[in-house]
Amino acid sequence: MGTEPASTGQAFEAFEEEAKRERVHGVGPWRLGLRRLRRNRVALFFGFLFVLLVVLCLAAPLWANQVAGTGPNENHLTDTVVVDGEEKNVVALDGVPIGPTWQGEFFLGADRNGRDVMVRLLYGGRNSLLIGVTAALITTVLSIVLGLLAGFFRGWTDTAIRALLDVLWSFPVVILGVALGVALATGGLRLGPITIGGDSILIPILVIALVFIPYMARPVRGQVLSLREKEFVEAARAQGAGPLRIMFSEVLPNLASTILVFFTLLIANAILLEAALSFLGAGVRPPNPSWGTMIDEGVERIATAPHLTVVPGAMLLVTVLSINVFGDGVRDALDPRAKVRLEH
Amino acid sequence: MARFVVRRLFQMVLVMFAVSILTFLIFNVIPNGDPAERMAGRQPTEVQIEAIREEWGFDENIVVQYVTTMRKVFTGDLQSYFTQLPVGEEILRGLPRTLSLAIGAALLWMLVATCFGLYSAMKAGKFADRFLTIIALIGISMPVFWIGALMNYYLGFKAGIFPNGGYVELTRDPIDWAYHLILPWTALAILFIGFYSRLLRSNVLDTINEDYVRTARAKGLSERRIMVRHVLRNSMIPIVTLWGLDFGAVLGGGAILTETVFDLQGVGQYTADSIGLLDVPPVLAVTLLAAFFIVFLNAVVDIAYAYLDPRIRLQ
Amino acid sequence: MSAEPPLLDVKGLRVSFATEGGIVRAVDGVSFTLAAGDVLAVVGESGSGKSVTVMTLMGLTRSPNARFEGKAHYRGTELIGAPEDVLRRVRGAEIAMIFQDPMTSLNPVQRIASQIIEQIQEHEGLPDRQARARAVELLERVGLPRAEERADDYPFELSGGMRQRVMIALALSCNPSVLIADEPTTALDVTIQAQILQGIRELRDDTGAAVIIVTHDLGVVAEIADRIAVMYAGRVVEEGTVDQIFHDPQHPYTWGLLGSITRVDRPRLKRLPAIAGLPPSLADRPRGCHFRPRCPHEFAQCTTVPPLEARLPDQPEHRDRCWLAPAEKRGRREVAPGEIGLEAKEGATA
Repeated sequence: MGTEPASTGQAFEAFEEEAKRERVHGVGPWRLGLRRLRRNRVALFFGFLFVLLVVLCLAAPLWANQVAGTGPNENHLTDTVVVDGEEKNVVALDGVPIGPTWQGEFFLGADRNGRDVMVRLLYGGRNSLLIGVTAALITTVLSIVLGLLAGFFRGWTDTAIRALLDVLWSFPVVILGVALGVALATGGLRLGPITIGGDSILIPILVIALVFIPYMARPVRGQVLSLREKEFVEAARAQGAGPLRIMFSEVLPNLASTILVFFTLLIANAILLEAALSFLGAGVRPPNPSWGTMIDEGVERIATAPHLTVVPGAMLLVTVLSINVFGDGVRDALDPRAKVRLEH
Repeated sequence: MARFVVRRLFQMVLVMFAVSILTFLIFNVIPNGDPAERMAGRQPTEVQIEAIREEWGFDENIVVQYVTTMRKVFTGDLQSYFTQLPVGEEILRGLPRTLSLAIGAALLWMLVATCFGLYSAMKAGKFADRFLTIIALIGISMPVFWIGALMNYYLGFKAGIFPNGGYVELTRDPIDWAYHLILPWTALAILFIGFYSRLLRSNVLDTINEDYVRTARAKGLSERRIMVRHVLRNSMIPIVTLWGLDFGAVLGGGAILTETVFDLQGVGQYTADSIGLLDVPPVLAVTLLAAFFIVFLNAVVDIAYAYLDPRIRLQ
Repeated sequence: MSAEPPLLDVKGLRVSFATEGGIVRAVDGVSFTLAAGDVLAVVGESGSGKSVTVMTLMGLTRSPNARFEGKAHYRGTELIGAPEDVLRRVRGAEIAMIFQDPMTSLNPVQRIASQIIEQIQEHEGLPDRQARARAVELLERVGLPRAEERADDYPFELSGGMRQRVMIALALSCNPSVLIADEPTTALDVTIQAQILQGIRELRDDTGAAVIIVTHDLGVVAEIADRIAVMYAGRVVEEGTVDQIFHDPQHPYTWGLLGSITRVDRPRLKRLPAIAGLPPSLADRPRGCHFRPRCPHEFAQCTTVPPLEARLPDQPEHRDRCWLAPAEKRGRREVAPGEIGLEAKEGATA
């Protein structure tokens, strides 16, 4: 192992030539990471796929108006649609909705209320993605704040924050999400002068954001603690920089790569959690669509109309997979221990 | 070691106390609106709401409320106002099913993840590794309830290879018990296999580069011995901690989704049903108990870790 | 020179790594021999390739992007490119290694006796009780106090010096013919250093093993070595006996090394001279002689062709790679009366 000479000889020489051409002179870690990421075609493909899916979902109204001719919550129980020259009931007399027609109207079929699945899929995607990304952003911001405060000031601040994180962390993610979802569903939430209704999309966003805080805040805190001891922080302090200044100019940039990697993971998990909560009825409230609620409705009728389950789930899978693969690529690119591959 | 255990258990109690306070706040204080009304069920009458208010002490100060709530949960004096069934009994009834699901899945995922992870690490960079990584990524990107529903439908209902959901008591027929649980175990394990195999792979690759593995090789030990006795054993130590916690999380949370899909009628499904009804008392009880269990498991895992890694306990 | 074939014969060893920055030639044509009972010191700065050289001998350079050339004969077996099972039999039993940092080189969650027993049983298959008895005996021999009790300690329960002794015990457990010590004292206090070196020397006397000691510390070398090989940028630039190197060094780099240490037998200097410049990047080395950019005595020929190995006619074991004629060298290396160093002198010919 590792001691065979010359079998990779040719590839070796070609590699040397290319490396000579690309000689790296004093390029910073971010540029280096970007280069590595650019070479990772698989990650780029999935990153692009994710962007494509986002754009598609954002274009939901376009699809609804121009192609499908219906909104996400409009029932078409008694309507008919022409498929391959034949006129069919959108929802058959025995209650079974039509499957994918691969046409403009009811492209992916209809659900039990006669609603256009494709339209709901795109609108549901908007909700799911909005909730996932926003929650991830909120978690990230709060985690950075908490992590910096705890890691930097230590003492009582650290103890208090750590206790809070420990307690939050003791709840299984789904259970905490569910508990909050159920508690806030009827009356909503009142934060001082602002009241958020139980049906508002803000509730799942806040719930999911809260639930994931310990998962990011702890690693951030850990990194801040170790960065604190490094010489460049000492140097800044010796120059007279105050704690706030040090936090922003010295510590934060070094945290950036950790935060970036966690952020991609967060989005993926936030989307999955929203789906789970909505599936259980503790997330997005009906009739608003989300991929989770669609799967919930689909599972009831899986025997007769499997497309209602398969479609939103597949969409969910592809979306989350894209984020995960891309996030994986980002992590590999930023990781200084990235292994060299002779074949690019 | 004994001092460590005592210290850890004391910490555990403190955290449990904090957890109970937070749970209480979540259900009775943070939300907007009348807590009694929230609990009362569909179209409650004023009389019913008033009765609940008195029972739970919602008209008294917050400390009394907290004490009352805790008392009710732990003495089993808790009842759903929707179904009129006592919560404690329902939980106990469902517990063996949930445990069957959780323990089976946990063992399955640990076994498979270890094999995949180790194999991946040994073939790092090669096709087998990339392939397994993709599989793992797909595994962690799938919603467990979706894949469970599909498996149940296609493999259970349509193909008839497996039973179409449902649960059989272990004591009644062990083989049938396992037969009914294979699909749920697999569905639940997929996510964790994906996660743990990559974690193990990463740990193993780190450990392989450690100096003491180099020493082991310099001793002339066989590759297998190096892998198992030195690399794997040391790589597993941090994973044991996570495994313990995830087991708790499964028991507390992930089980909810799987049980529902496969109709196992365990604690998870009971919780799911209650959620659908927005029925507070069962969700409150399950939340509290799940969190307690995790805190307990946390302590157990820390103690186990101290046992495995002598550096921890002798500090 | 003994008529017997040497124990270890390394010829033209080359180790290269493919990295993002280009091909790194860590070891670029290293040759030396080792006879039984020899103590050879391989000296050089970090990055000179000395560690990679000795690791490669045992097949411990396992990076997938490494490429090997050359030969290393050990008792008739070719080590470079040998299959794993051949190497495994050599490792520990024939050639044993002591690593630099004993804290990270010992398995932190395995008891020290167990780590020694593991090696004994792998090579000799002794039953548990015998293996353990031998392990304890070895620990006693290397000077571990209360060896029987402490045999079941974990590495972190021992001090740095004791851990290194455990490593020595481990290395000796199967009576190897060659002991390689890779910077054995670098991670230890100076006070412990002498003890460890003494220990190594005694063991050489007792067992007749050959020792290769890799170090950057000339003090260590003077203490313990018979012969020295000086490495720079992947090549051996000078090789000879301890006397020859210390009193009649031929290569400018060696002069620089010698000039930069404080010596008890010389007057104290106000400032410790250092060799100007930095070692070259191993992916992009200067043409011709690698040391040229830092050498005040360079001339035209140094730029074009890498210096060939030259042997001194009256000192057959003394070789070096420098284009300067021996008479020139003797002149240029004296920077002050009786002092060897590396400095440009006025009036030196280009």
